[in-house]
Amino acid sequence: MNPISRRKLIYGGAAAAASVGGLAAADRLAKRYGLIPPDGSGVYGSGETLTYACQRLLTTRTAVREFPRSMISKNPFANAVNPPNAAFKQLQAAGFKDWRLVVDGTVARPMSLSLADLKGLGLQSQITEVACEEGWSYIAEWIGTPLSAVLREAGVLPQTQYVVYTSIEEGGWDSIDLRDASDPHTLLTMGMNDGDLPVPFGGPLRLRLPRQLGYKSLKYVNRITATDNIKKFGKGLGGVAPEYGYSWYAGI
Amino acid sequence: MRITHWLTFIAFVALAVTGGLIVISHPRFYWGEVGNVNTKPLFVIPIPASRSTVPTGYNYEMPDENGWSRYLHFEAAWVVVLAGLVYGIYGLWSGHFRKDVIPARRDWSWRAYRDRMAKYLRRAPPDGAEERSYNVLQRTAYVVVVFVLFPLIIWTGLAMSPSFTAAFPATVELLGGRQSARTIHFFASWLLLLFLFVHVAMVALSGFRKRMRAMITGYAREREEGR
Repeated sequence: MNPISRRKLIYGGAAAAASVGGLAAADRLAKRYGLIPPDGSGVYGSGETLTYACQRLLTTRTAVREFPRSMISKNPFANAVNPPNAAFKQLQAAGFKDWRLVVDGTVARPMSLSLADLKGLGLQSQITEVACEEGWSYIAEWIGTPLSAVLREAGVLPQTQYVVYTSIEEGGWDSIDLRDASDPHTLLTMGMNDGDLPVPFGGPLRLRLPRQLGYKSLKYVNRITATDNIKKFGKGLGGVAPEYGYSWYAGI
Repeated sequence: MRITHWLTFIAFVALAVTGGLIVISHPRFYWGEVGNVNTKPLFVIPIPASRSTVPTGYNYEMPDENGWSRYLHFEAAWVVVLAGLVYGIYGLWSGHFRKDVIPARRDWSWRAYRDRMAKYLRRAPPDGAEERSYNVLQRTAYVVVVFVLFPLIIWTGLAMSPSFTAAFPATVELLGGRQSARTIHFFASWLLLLFLFVHVAMVALSGFRKRMRAMITGYAREREEGR
């Protein structure tokens, strides 16, 4: 066997030094531009960070896939949900007219909105696909108020980095970065296929996020909290999904 | 270069195992854009599912391993993509693809394939040229794996990403829809597994220890093989 030549040693050393320097620079840049997801540490952290950073650099501010009306699924599948709690049942009995969406955190004007108030901020419709991490999918028309309109109304303060959204269901919460939150396709959905959003699909209020997998589209949303520090929430991983071992960023 | 081979091997095993675990959560396949338990499947794998919402006919639910499986699947996919980039650039730049991987012009005939196959069946030892490089059957297998199956499985994987397809919708539309992409991804993974089995069998037949030594240390024969 040959000894390692001097040239190989020099090249190898230079490559190693460049890699270490490059990684350090990449880390600094990633932190500055918000390219590291809340669950971007641990064994799977490097894969998650690469995915999130690449998606942020390549695919932000594009349209989403929208479909013709003829492609709306005739028989969409509503995934299993937990039995509703007492608070939900009480609101449901009154036809959800007392449902409130609380908006708080790093906003200039914290507020509490009824579904009618939300509709007053402007309705939009989109025909998009729900894709579950299990592999199945369906297409539906979703009608609602863009989250961005609510954030504008509340006046998001400049230090805000994430928007946390919470379900009336015990322990249900998730979050998205400000770029996804201000995307015009992120809808606080109240209607589906020309009717009210049915309860099995998340009615009366579901946050629809067509750019990410179905589990990020939280059902029964009753609170929106803007924040500059996601670590303050739960275990600091950005949602209940990562606490169960699912990635925070579900745009893949 | 051997390091990209072994990185890809480790990552591929991780991808195959986690891919299988992910499939268990919904062992039904469809064609077109959408598919769920309320639509007609293209085919169904007759196994119990890891989710109660999938009607499989079995009165049994498999353990659900999707969380860590998905994390590891995408991390291993990055390893394959990055190792593939290094290998691809090196293969072009060094002439490795031209010299050793793409079948030589004179072998572009059925006769060449038939002759080499006959040689395998006779279990004839490799000739001088084959000692130094790959024969036409090996080259064809490598071309299919490197230039067809790996690009296809990465493409169909990306075609299932809601964020990526939002930015590049043609990547999924060309395949006929999200569910078609998933089905092609599934078959491409079986073809790669088939390659892995045959590849390992061939290595075993041609002397497992000698080949493994060569692929780990890079010194196959007395003289240096070149990097």
